[in-house]
Amino acid sequence: MLLQLAWRNLWRNPNRSFITMASVWCAVVLAVAMSSLQKGVFDHLISNVVSFYSGYVQVHRTGYQSEQTLENSFPLTDSIQKAVLSSPGVAAATPRLEAFALASTGEKTKGCLVAGIAPDTEERVTRLKSKIVAGAYLQDSAQTILIAEGLAKRLQTGLGDTVILLGQGYYGTTAAGKYAVGGILRFGSPALNDQVVFLPLAAAQHWLDAPGLATTLVVSPEKPTATERIAAQLRASLPPDFETLTWQEMMPDIHEHIQADTASSAIILGVLYLLISFGIFATLLMMLAERQREFGMLVALGMKKRQLAQMVMFESVLITLTGCLFGILASIPLVWWLKEHPIRITGEMAEVYEKFGFEAIFPASLAPSIFWNQALAVLIIGLLLSLYPIAKVLFLKPVDAMRA
Amino acid sequence: MKTTVIDIHNVSKIYNPDTIPVHAVNGVHLHIERGEFTALVGPSGSGKTTLLNIIGGLDVPTEGKVVINDTDITALSPNRLIQFRLHNIGFVFQSFNLIPVLTASENVEFIMLLQGAPKAERERRVKELMHAVGLSDKMDVRPAQLSGGQQQRVAVARALASKPQFILADEPTANLDSQSATNLLDMMAQLNREEGMTFIFSTHDARVIERARRVITLVDGRIASDTASVSVA
Repeated sequence: MLLQLAWRNLWRNPNRSFITMASVWCAVVLAVAMSSLQKGVFDHLISNVVSFYSGYVQVHRTGYQSEQTLENSFPLTDSIQKAVLSSPGVAAATPRLEAFALASTGEKTKGCLVAGIAPDTEERVTRLKSKIVAGAYLQDSAQTILIAEGLAKRLQTGLGDTVILLGQGYYGTTAAGKYAVGGILRFGSPALNDQVVFLPLAAAQHWLDAPGLATTLVVSPEKPTATERIAAQLRASLPPDFETLTWQEMMPDIHEHIQADTASSAIILGVLYLLISFGIFATLLMMLAERQREFGMLVALGMKKRQLAQMVMFESVLITLTGCLFGILASIPLVWWLKEHPIRITGEMAEVYEKFGFEAIFPASLAPSIFWNQALAVLIIGLLLSLYPIAKVLFLKPVDAMRA
Repeated sequence: MKTTVIDIHNVSKIYNPDTIPVHAVNGVHLHIERGEFTALVGPSGSGKTTLLNIIGGLDVPTEGKVVINDTDITALSPNRLIQFRLHNIGFVFQSFNLIPVLTASENVEFIMLLQGAPKAERERRVKELMHAVGLSDKMDVRPAQLSGGQQQRVAVARALASKPQFILADEPTANLDSQSATNLLDMMAQLNREEGMTFIFSTHDARVIERARRVITLVDGRIASDTASVSVA
């Protein structure tokens, strides 16, 4: 009964209700578009950097994160791999032997990150095969390498060409190797695209004179949201000479950037919602002033103040939720369009982004949580704003109200 | 045998007691019997609406008590008083009587909804009451589409819906034309005669005073006269 009455009351002054709902609508569309762009950019960034290379969690020998040398590598035993894979929530894990080296072709030389990988498990964890733009994926026993497109360009090399890798092997030995380019990879992240070389793990161990060793176990969770939990489990279950790090710990600059940007967006959203709150509040004040006599009459007739307060709260929530619902409905196609046609930054701005390792592209995210969060935020605003009229109703004196 | 419905003991209402006290009602003693058709009359500011509000539990007396069917309503908590009003007193106000977003029948049903009456009973009684006030053909019409007289008839039907002990009507004919006022009074008189419903009006309207069987005149918050009228409602 109260809900029905509240709904009908909304349409007593349709113009006013429409204007209030329109302001909510506008704020929700803006807020959803902003949040989905922000989440889309961060998801894209995480997808480029985290899921295509570092993984969500890494296991190293303790000390490797602060000093990334082969001396901090560990024997890649079945027991350590089994311990990681048996941890609940872990979907896959893959070993790597990583080292910095000089890549050389003819007269061109460039510093690069060389990663010895187990091709099969690497594919399961980072879907590396999907990044190949020319050539073929690695085979376990092959002596070929995969080279990132940006690095290949700088080295002016291509498929079938030979690349010489020069680095420092285990315990200071000189590592030198000659490999044919078997494939070219293209990464979204400019940082990866300009410096990564992959070769089979056995070949890397041979090149670095580090048989049976690995520097990293890259762990892929079943759900990215379980990253923290899995890291905590591994810390507890692995021997103390192993360290477990989440991607946020390995790349604090990216994590901090996301946090800072999220905080600044939250402030902008807060201001946006504050503005519409004033609009809704003004509507509620007008409604209160206009309906004093009616409220007095209802209480005089025997309507409990609690019921009247409930009705007023329903009106406030209904007006905000209706505006919010239409806002969400309108924002779905907009966000879908932004996802399908991501905004591409060009020129100097793009260079700035790329300098920080980000691809200069702004795709939107269609994650349902964005829409629910806005609906929840608007519902909370509606409830908070209804507190004032509720208080007025609870202290209402019917005789005074009917005289108003 | 006559039954007292309302017993008013030495009721006073003083506004602004700490600054310039105004005695709206001053030491009133009154008994209203079941089945009365009573008018509270007097000039503006005589205290008739204040007394009506005190009888209806809408206002609290500064002194004295109001007993309705053995319940001292001046001692009830605000929430109990609302409940008491819902189940015992019917109201017809001068204006702003009906809920504008509800139809005529929904306005009548509203009180029964508050009382928690079952749907079948509500539907049956709404039909009966709308028929009793001569508005069976206006069941689904909103108040804005009804004339002033029709709105007051719906208000009477709503007042009756809660099966109250009595109905308080504050200047019910004040905004009505002569014909509508006569029709409304005829209807209320008929309900009083046939169903024994007690009506108490506050009014200056001569048409109401003529129809009342008891006329209580208030002057400066005191009862100046209390006479049984020769006219028959």
